[in-house]
Amino acid sequence: MTALGEMVDPVPGAGAPHLPAQPDLVQLLTPEGERVEHPDYAIDVTDDELLSLYRDLALVRRWDVEATALQRQGELGIWASLLGQEAAQIGAGRALGAQDMAFPTYREHGVAWARGVDPLHVISLFRGNDLGGWDPLATKFNLYTVVIGAQCLHATGYAMGIQRDSGTAGGDGAAIAFLGDGATSQGEVNEAMIWAATFDAPVVFFCQNNQYAISVPIERQSKVPLFRRAAGFGFPGVRVDGNDVLAVLAVTRAALARAREGSGPTFIEAFTYRMGAHTTSDDPTRYRLADELEEWKLRDPIARLKAHLSRSGKADADFFASVEAEGDELAVRIRKGTLEMPDPAGTEMFDHVYAEQTDEIAAQRAEFLAYQEGFAS
Amino acid sequence: MTTLTLGKALNTGLRKAMEDDPKVVLMGEDIGKLGGVFRITDGLQKDFGEARVVDTPLAEAGILGTAVGLAMRGYRPVVEIQFDGFVFPAYNQIVTQVAKIHARSRGRLPMPITIRIPFGGGIGAVEHHSESPEAYFAHTTGLKVVAVSNPSDAYWMLQQAIASPDPVVFFEPKRRYWDKAEVDLEATPPPLFSSRVVRAGDDVTLLAYGPMVKTALQAAEAAAEEGRSLEVIDLRTLSPLDLGPVEESVRRTGRCVVVHEAQTNLGLGAEIAARVTETCFHSLEAPVLRVGGYDVTYPPSKLEEEYLPDLDRVLHVVDRSMEF
Repeated sequence: MTALGEMVDPVPGAGAPHLPAQPDLVQLLTPEGERVEHPDYAIDVTDDELLSLYRDLALVRRWDVEATALQRQGELGIWASLLGQEAAQIGAGRALGAQDMAFPTYREHGVAWARGVDPLHVISLFRGNDLGGWDPLATKFNLYTVVIGAQCLHATGYAMGIQRDSGTAGGDGAAIAFLGDGATSQGEVNEAMIWAATFDAPVVFFCQNNQYAISVPIERQSKVPLFRRAAGFGFPGVRVDGNDVLAVLAVTRAALARAREGSGPTFIEAFTYRMGAHTTSDDPTRYRLADELEEWKLRDPIARLKAHLSRSGKADADFFASVEAEGDELAVRIRKGTLEMPDPAGTEMFDHVYAEQTDEIAAQRAEFLAYQEGFAS
Repeated sequence: MTTLTLGKALNTGLRKAMEDDPKVVLMGEDIGKLGGVFRITDGLQKDFGEARVVDTPLAEAGILGTAVGLAMRGYRPVVEIQFDGFVFPAYNQIVTQVAKIHARSRGRLPMPITIRIPFGGGIGAVEHHSESPEAYFAHTTGLKVVAVSNPSDAYWMLQQAIASPDPVVFFEPKRRYWDKAEVDLEATPPPLFSSRVVRAGDDVTLLAYGPMVKTALQAAEAAAEEGRSLEVIDLRTLSPLDLGPVEESVRRTGRCVVVHEAQTNLGLGAEIAARVTETCFHSLEAPVLRVGGYDVTYPPSKLEEEYLPDLDRVLHVVDRSMEF
């Protein structure tokens, strides 16, 4: 962990380059694919693990590309692309233990993948078929939360439940809240960090700083690097290269272990970049320069792992071809599953408002059915 | 039978709920050592410990948001909002999260949260301490909303609300906290989401809830001296509404007056008037009339006697109903 109270490196300001020197950035794999060591975050990964991390990154990107295409073809109402953030999400998702509970925003498709959520259950939400099709308790992956930052309090409360179940400050699992750079301005996010700190709750705040809250750049959200905010709440903050899957894995594992053992929360700032639009409804050319995107393409999270695997001889062309083929199969399955997805029954909207149905909604449901019946003959 | 104040009945009900279910956790500001600013949680932290009676940081969104997380983990949070006017920092969590999570998860995520709110005026308080925000919550699908008027209901309805698998906003009439009545701790209470006739009558049906039930009963008493018979119904549940007993009554009396402290415009009375008009149209001798707070900012306490419906204003509107 970075010691509290060290010098503050400036956030990129208007007119300043978006990639200043990052002395605090934890990195284990350089953008060129070179393995480097970090004094605080050793990581021991087998070759098989490296290959499976690559596979996850590539498949999640393939899923994302297919979903964007489906939206463009009118099959999804909207899609929130994770392009560029694959390493941050797979690194964090793969760090999770079976008993850890994740609280995502609406862009954590990579974490969903790592938790074993069926991509079609995520697609169904963006298609407008349901409000989240997976079982949040069985998958240990909460439903997507669209109101910015609200899930940070849920994660913290869940972590307080873990403490109560174990009778200690930690437990056999931890909670992890995902949030973006924009969310750090929300009052509720700050309240969550106050709660987490004062109760030493076993929760990790995993912030993907992708530099933009839709169109508004990070400098409108913060005058200091986000990870330094943690010091003010009284727990460690760390900035990790969000495009380095190994560093994210190592940093998140350490933070989760710390939480489980009862040592309290950690704030992780995964420094990354949203290479696509905010959603398919957005036009990033209105607020950022093409040069910036080109600069970040050189830091592509998948290319760097591929370079490392190729250069070190851990993977050959056959491996990459097999992952690509698997990606294409996944895309076919997603496309087919999307097109074949049945529309929900009209009565569905009445059936889950309450655990104990009210007479009022039961009556409206009956009226609805009778009204629909009128068109039957 | 035990004689309890309404406040002590709530305290006793909380204690019983905590004994019955180890998953019940109380959270709020000043509810631990102090026992709450109205002492509703008095002695509970001492007996159940700090893990079950939690003095929280001072932020209402934090209280509700962490309650959501605890509920997802299988707990049954009961949160105290210190005063009605302080619920709004938590409004986002209540409306966008607490109310929707059951539907969004198709019932996979339980959300049995009880939100206790002391409400209403008449205690000479400063601003934000005397409001009646129930309509905001009754309007929000996914929440259930109740208001208690007497010690017996306070004891039983609080336990029922906590046991409910749905989120319940539980309004407590703060100016009646010190009212005493006999409470039968062994009784079988009526269902939580039911209204109740508390005084039978023939001429006008008077509907009230929370602090206004007592006012309505006093009005009925005074009317009786003038030979006019008012039937008083304590609505008890504001969402869902239980209008069965109301309709039965209005079909007999032909007249209906709704009383609440909240502003009249788009208050509960408006919805009740619409529904009663629809279901009892052919029985009505007069339009459904409302007696509520004026549509103004809650006034300084020197004016609240004029602002709040009282016995005379209720009787005045009863007279108007009879004139049709």
